[in-house]
Amino acid sequence: MFRKILRSIFQLPLTFLQELGNISRMFLQVTYLSFRRPFKLDYIFKQMEFIGVRSMLVVVITGTFTGMVLALQSSYGFRKFGAEGLVGAIVALSMTRELGPVLTSLMVTGRAGSSMAAELGTMRVTEQIDALTVMALNPVKYLIVPRVVASFLMLPVLTIISDLLGIVGGYIIGVKLLGINEGAFINKIEKTLDLPDIYNGLVKAAVFGIILSVISCYKGYYTRGGAEGVGRATTEAVVLSSVTILISDYVLTSIMF
Amino acid sequence: MEERAIHIVDLHKSFRDQKVLDGINLEVEKEKITVIIGKSGGGKSVLLKHMIGLLKPDSGEIWVNGTEITKLNDKKLNEVRKTFGMLFQEAALFDSMNVYENVSFPLREHRSMSEKEIERIVEERLKQVGLLAFKEKMPSELSGGMKKRVGLARALVCDPDIILFDEPTSALDPVISLTILDLIKETQSYIKKTYVVISHDILGMFRIADKVAMLSDGKIIEYGTPQEIRRSKHEITQEFLQATQIPGFTGGSHG
Repeated sequence: MFRKILRSIFQLPLTFLQELGNISRMFLQVTYLSFRRPFKLDYIFKQMEFIGVRSMLVVVITGTFTGMVLALQSSYGFRKFGAEGLVGAIVALSMTRELGPVLTSLMVTGRAGSSMAAELGTMRVTEQIDALTVMALNPVKYLIVPRVVASFLMLPVLTIISDLLGIVGGYIIGVKLLGINEGAFINKIEKTLDLPDIYNGLVKAAVFGIILSVISCYKGYYTRGGAEGVGRATTEAVVLSSVTILISDYVLTSIMF
Repeated sequence: MEERAIHIVDLHKSFRDQKVLDGINLEVEKEKITVIIGKSGGGKSVLLKHMIGLLKPDSGEIWVNGTEITKLNDKKLNEVRKTFGMLFQEAALFDSMNVYENVSFPLREHRSMSEKEIERIVEERLKQVGLLAFKEKMPSELSGGMKKRVGLARALVCDPDIILFDEPTSALDPVISLTILDLIKETQSYIKKTYVVISHDILGMFRIADKVAMLSDGKIIEYGTPQEIRRSKHEITQEFLQATQIPGFTGGSHG
């Protein structure tokens, strides 16, 4: 009885640590293999298309609307003490430092991370991963490295688009709809937004790209138990990636800015 | 020249508390078809996966063409794996590739050949399994039997010395099962290689086997020619043989 209670208390942190260890190990393995021949460039390009190009629409929509709603909300607040001119600066800073990278990563997790987990999970339960091993080929090299490299490269690109469209969205709402002075709007952006704000945001996006792809691939790669297992792996991949992105966002922000 | 392609000595494997392999000793002869018969869930697949290093045993040795493989590192193990071909239970074709790409994949990755040579070999293999006309199809467009034939073509494409078959007739109707078995027999007599087949389908296997091993409770309980096994007085072998004689019996569950 006592042992049972003890076990149930320690089970959760233990599983957590074990999982963290396994994921870190997979990350190290992927890093090592990314720098070793043969470089599977065609595989990487295919994944870049899937993760980058095909996520464009979601990113365009979320970026634009986030900028729009930011302008709407902040102008409500700033109007109370007559500082509406700052709306542009707020939108630009929030998008580049925070919302651009984070929302883009979360959207890509939902779209591409889930499908990575489902695809690798299906390959696992239908023995396609074993088939690669049997052919004396390293499945991590063929399946996971291209996905991680592609995410690492494409997330910053998507984030730039999101940043830009967010600011454009903010401009449309702020200047065209709410009638904020155009000169003040642009001028404040120019004055407050520094280059580091943008590229630190892009660094965050690249890190999130690694996080979401490594976790999603890890969950898919070690799927067990048929169709049900694939479903579970997919859910876990999305939840764990999203949570990890948000936590590491705090950590990265506090270090970089 | 060594007569044994694979030699297994006292192989043990447990998963958690469950003993799956409990002291397997087996010699697989070169250029023969050896069939391992056992119940579903009786450790046949586990045994097969040990032969190609997909699983590591708790103890025991596995010799493949004179090399002990259980303690090899990945690099050396991959050298051994290159002498193997394997047909998986559900064929395990890559869904993202069509039939031609699936069969050519091992060649492309391991041999430096011109596209023309690859095409020649792949088309020959596809012709051998009677699916040349389907080379542009995706795996999802094929029936179970066709997938297995493509899987066989892929397993044979690199001219391996040893080919492993995981339940080649499971989940197939009796007629298709026979065509697959005949295809296996025919290919083997055409190019003499070592074949290891695991199955629960004892009667079907008598058609193709040179040697039969009966696996039960994690041990090889009998080993001999199909004729010897047919005459066996062993209780479990008898049970297997009698189960196939029940009128209306259609072949048993797969797994």
